[in-house]
Amino acid sequence: MEWLNAIVQGTLLGGLYALFAAGLSLIFGVMRLVNIAHGDLIVLAAYLGLTVTTATGMHPMAALVIVVPAMALIGYALQRGLLNQTLGDDILPPLLVTFGLSVIIQNGLLEVYTADPQTLNAGSLETASVAVGGVTLGILPLLTFGIAIAVIWGLQWTFYHTALGRAFRAVSDNQDIAQLMGLNRRHIFGLAMALALGVTAIAGILLGIRTSFDPSIGGGRLIFGFEAVIIGGLGNLWGTLIGGVILGVAQTIGAKIDPGWQVLAGHIAFLVILAVRPNGLFPRVSG
Amino acid sequence: MPDPILQTRGLNAHYGDFQALYDVELEVGEGEVLAIIGANGAGKTTLMRSITGLLTNGAAQIHYRGQDISRLRADEVAELGLAMVPEGRQLFPSLSVKENLMIGAQVGRAGPWDLKAVYDLFPILEERKDQASTSLSGGQQQMVAIGRALMANPDLILFDEISLGLAPIIIKDIYEALPGIIGEGMSAIIVEQDITKALSVSSRVYCLQEGRVSLESASETVSREDISRAYFGIE
Repeated sequence: MEWLNAIVQGTLLGGLYALFAAGLSLIFGVMRLVNIAHGDLIVLAAYLGLTVTTATGMHPMAALVIVVPAMALIGYALQRGLLNQTLGDDILPPLLVTFGLSVIIQNGLLEVYTADPQTLNAGSLETASVAVGGVTLGILPLLTFGIAIAVIWGLQWTFYHTALGRAFRAVSDNQDIAQLMGLNRRHIFGLAMALALGVTAIAGILLGIRTSFDPSIGGGRLIFGFEAVIIGGLGNLWGTLIGGVILGVAQTIGAKIDPGWQVLAGHIAFLVILAVRPNGLFPRVSG
Repeated sequence: MPDPILQTRGLNAHYGDFQALYDVELEVGEGEVLAIIGANGAGKTTLMRSITGLLTNGAAQIHYRGQDISRLRADEVAELGLAMVPEGRQLFPSLSVKENLMIGAQVGRAGPWDLKAVYDLFPILEERKDQASTSLSGGQQQMVAIGRALMANPDLILFDEISLGLAPIIIKDIYEALPGIIGEGMSAIIVEQDITKALSVSSRVYCLQEGRVSLESASETVSREDISRAYFGIE
């Protein structure tokens, strides 16, 4: 029963990792941009949540109403003002610029919020739980997992059933021809980044409720997000959810064996899958 | 000759240090079908990329209905009513046939062409509308590419090498469909390697040679000798 518990908790944790990863996957899919600052943007969202909740007394989940549009706006401005200029045939400039951005965000957060660990106070939501079978499930992890499924379903639906999603796919396929069809790729990329950072905002708030955070933890979230994306297969959003779950389960099982092994076990699972299936478990069929 | 819909004035184009077009002077009248011929590397595709805004040009080199469009982005040019069927079709592989067509309507111009009109023109596309565009034959893909350009309801449509890589029977079908496509007051530029086909549907012809206009003539009266001279540069 203890093992079953570890697997269930790991699965739910995977929902959070999938939320870390979804924005990363979306951005790479649409514009082939690897965003090194993604983890720091998650942390930035958590801090924005902190500011909103302390200033207004709102519940962190209610603060999403402000933080999600704010992050989306930041995403659009960031893309149009900075990242679009780095995109081209060379993959190196966006890597360098987002790496620099990561350093700037971390130091900016240190300056404004200090290095003290913070948490978002969600009251009873943090500790509430239900017993199912012999396993006790936290309401917050359940909610996180549910949100992850809803977000990925929503992204998938946007991609395949809306004009915006069609534009995303067209620009991703062939930027020049998409431009000929009247799609301004700079604007489309801006919208993609806005959507990605909207999802990142949700991930940041849920992270901040779940654990304490400080300006330095972005790198770790980036790695978990990357691993979830790669395990699931690039460009496959449902695969990303499964990748997150595999990572979460590996971590909780590792922690069960020895608490020090939690993060290491996740990395080992990632390496094994990468060695056996270099394209991930569910690679998108290439056109 | 009717008022020009498109005019280039001393058009130069460069790829880095390499100059691909030299002082190209060209005019397309309203409702006119123009053919552009020339050997590989003569600058035909470069000319198309310049006109559509995929290549950046110097100011005041390209005019569309009197407006200087030289510095506009491709999406802005498209909104003015200029569409292209690109060389090699270049459909979007992650989009279905129907979605490829719908992307064409993205510019949001009103006109006779919609999904139904394109399906009436190419009924096979309606049967295949939910398939991936990559699963179609070359000729069917060309129909999608043509339909996609028509969906923008353009006033001027550019066809870049539409017969390239297609079976002769398919080329014949497509050229038979062309008058019905262009007939409705649309102007067109047809870039073509197949000179006979190009002359048969156009009223005037330009030949490019090493980035310069080497011949401009009425399609009906142009002689084979003139064409070979302009095409190959043999005196």
